[in-house]
Amino acid sequence: MATKQVVPDPVVDQATGEYRVIAPGHTFRTVTEQISRIVLTSRTPLFWLGIFTVAGGLATVLLVAVTWLFLKGTGIWAITAPVMWGFAIINFVWWIGIGHAGTLISAILLLFKQQWRNSINRFAEAMTLFAVVCAGMFPVIHTGRPWLAIYWLFPYPNTMNVWPQFRSPLTWDVFAVTTYASISVLFWYIGLVPDLGTMRDRSRSQIGQFAYGILSLGWRGSARHWMRYETASLLLAGLSTPLVLSVHTVISFDFAVATLPGWHTTIFPPYFVAGAIYSGFAMVITLAIPIRRLYHLEDLITLRHIDNMGKVMLATGLIVAYGYGMEVFMAWYSASKWEFFMMWNRMFGPMGWSYGVLLMCNILIPLTSLWSRRIRRSVAAMFILSLIVNSGMWFERFVIVVTSLYRDYLPSSWGTYRATRWDYATFLGTWGLFTTLFLLFIRFLPMIPMSEIRMMLPQSKIVRGGPDAEQKLEETV
Amino acid sequence: MPIREGIYGLLAEFNTPSELVAAAEEAYASGYRRMDCYTPYPVEEAAEAIGFHRNRVSLVCLIGGLLGFFAAFGLQVWVSVLAYPLNIAGRPFYSWPAFLIPAYEWTILFSGFSAGIGMLALNGLPKMYHPVFNAPNFRNGATSDKFFLCLEADDPKFSIGDSRAFLERFDPVSVVEVDY
Repeated sequence: MATKQVVPDPVVDQATGEYRVIAPGHTFRTVTEQISRIVLTSRTPLFWLGIFTVAGGLATVLLVAVTWLFLKGTGIWAITAPVMWGFAIINFVWWIGIGHAGTLISAILLLFKQQWRNSINRFAEAMTLFAVVCAGMFPVIHTGRPWLAIYWLFPYPNTMNVWPQFRSPLTWDVFAVTTYASISVLFWYIGLVPDLGTMRDRSRSQIGQFAYGILSLGWRGSARHWMRYETASLLLAGLSTPLVLSVHTVISFDFAVATLPGWHTTIFPPYFVAGAIYSGFAMVITLAIPIRRLYHLEDLITLRHIDNMGKVMLATGLIVAYGYGMEVFMAWYSASKWEFFMMWNRMFGPMGWSYGVLLMCNILIPLTSLWSRRIRRSVAAMFILSLIVNSGMWFERFVIVVTSLYRDYLPSSWGTYRATRWDYATFLGTWGLFTTLFLLFIRFLPMIPMSEIRMMLPQSKIVRGGPDAEQKLEETV
Repeated sequence: MPIREGIYGLLAEFNTPSELVAAAEEAYASGYRRMDCYTPYPVEEAAEAIGFHRNRVSLVCLIGGLLGFFAAFGLQVWVSVLAYPLNIAGRPFYSWPAFLIPAYEWTILFSGFSAGIGMLALNGLPKMYHPVFNAPNFRNGATSDKFFLCLEADDPKFSIGDSRAFLERFDPVSVVEVDY
């Protein structure tokens, strides 16, 4: 009776039992070809066209919704006293939170020398950019007539001689978000320059060579250039780290500085940052799983990545859970009846269902299952979990905005909140815009940083002592 | 700009980074100074080998950061104390703790842009034309999987015959003359 031959999975490192970051057998050329081929082919895949059509349709919905908003004013939304911050602020906080994972991956994990980040950092950064585009739109359009709102947001000399009020968190927010957007674009572009050089040299079409040639700024891979480039990347990573922690902190000040029960707490900054990273990693997983499948990138984005991202989600999810717990504890311990009522109303009031959804999606389901290695390494389970956490985090912002506002101090001013179709249309529309931009990115730019993947291959090690020593290295690898 | 004629240098192509670093170290040891390595990803040892140890990107970044901090802080003080003083709940006009937050953001903004744009400027980029692109094998390899060492013709030690013989010793894939 023959025993069944067990074929070892090449992606698993037999020595440690861990999944490898990159499957073995790759050379500098195969990596370059596999990644650049996705962009340089003249045939656009059918699934790309399909998704693009749907996403483009939704983006058009956004255009219609925003046009109608500008014609009619913010009255088309559900915002009214006492809930003056509705979907616009919920969506703003949610989208910008998603962006945080991209910066975390590109900056903080670079400083911690987490090599596995290299495969996913480019598209995570692109996700950041497009999420910030969607996020940044909301504070602008929720002013109703943004062309009249510039003078009190940006300090510029105007004919009225009026200047912004710098003691307001709203003005801090403008500085934080514009800095975040600019630095994210810069970091992403600097990272792209060497790869754009590769695209310029590998493109067969005139337009491609011209466009990539201009964008690559004439990059030629000189050793001196690389050293300055590495220094600049490290500096940008070091600068983005305090930046990413400060952005959601400043956004939480928009809430925490107001003297409203449910907002006026000191736990908001860390709890907002952790929540942002939690939802951001969920979004990276939501995007990475279909991409690796559709573009056959399983040996560059391995289960190691999915597993590690699951661990980050678990850690940040636990911080978020601590934040929820502390909010409840402080509502009781503060002995403030307004705080206590707010929490009671949040849990059992007419909007109590939203708090239930939040606990279910952010705590109960993910934080029980992510402990299991089997679940973290199951692509299907992680995809579903990432969608659950994304919705849960949206509900967290809904709970913070709506259930704090709709019943504050004076019962005579209580009200309720029910989103209109234009609220939903705008939110869905940003989904369309995000997906459209992301699809254009994966069609025209290399979504995995080729130069960084080359650096991770075993061949990139410098061996002293001539060809014999090199032969030895090859044998050990 | 004067029209340059003649050759820019000799370009040797290698298959592995180790061969490149060995050749570059040897070239530096035998007195070549004007040379450069071209690699598809950062090879720190290659820059060390040609005697490039320090760069000034960090300094540019620091200057930018300080400038950003003082620009934002100064702007806020000027606006809030001199140009448009507003009484906000009785707080002092010079409420510096609040001003630190935008100043913090602009420190990062300015230092980030100084690091990024400063790096490109120190590298002399954008520069669409460079003689090494004239080498027939350069664009196929330098940005994907080959490693190049270029000995430049304006080095005092450079001479076509000797330098070529020198490079041939390292068993490169090819040695080609690069024209201007």
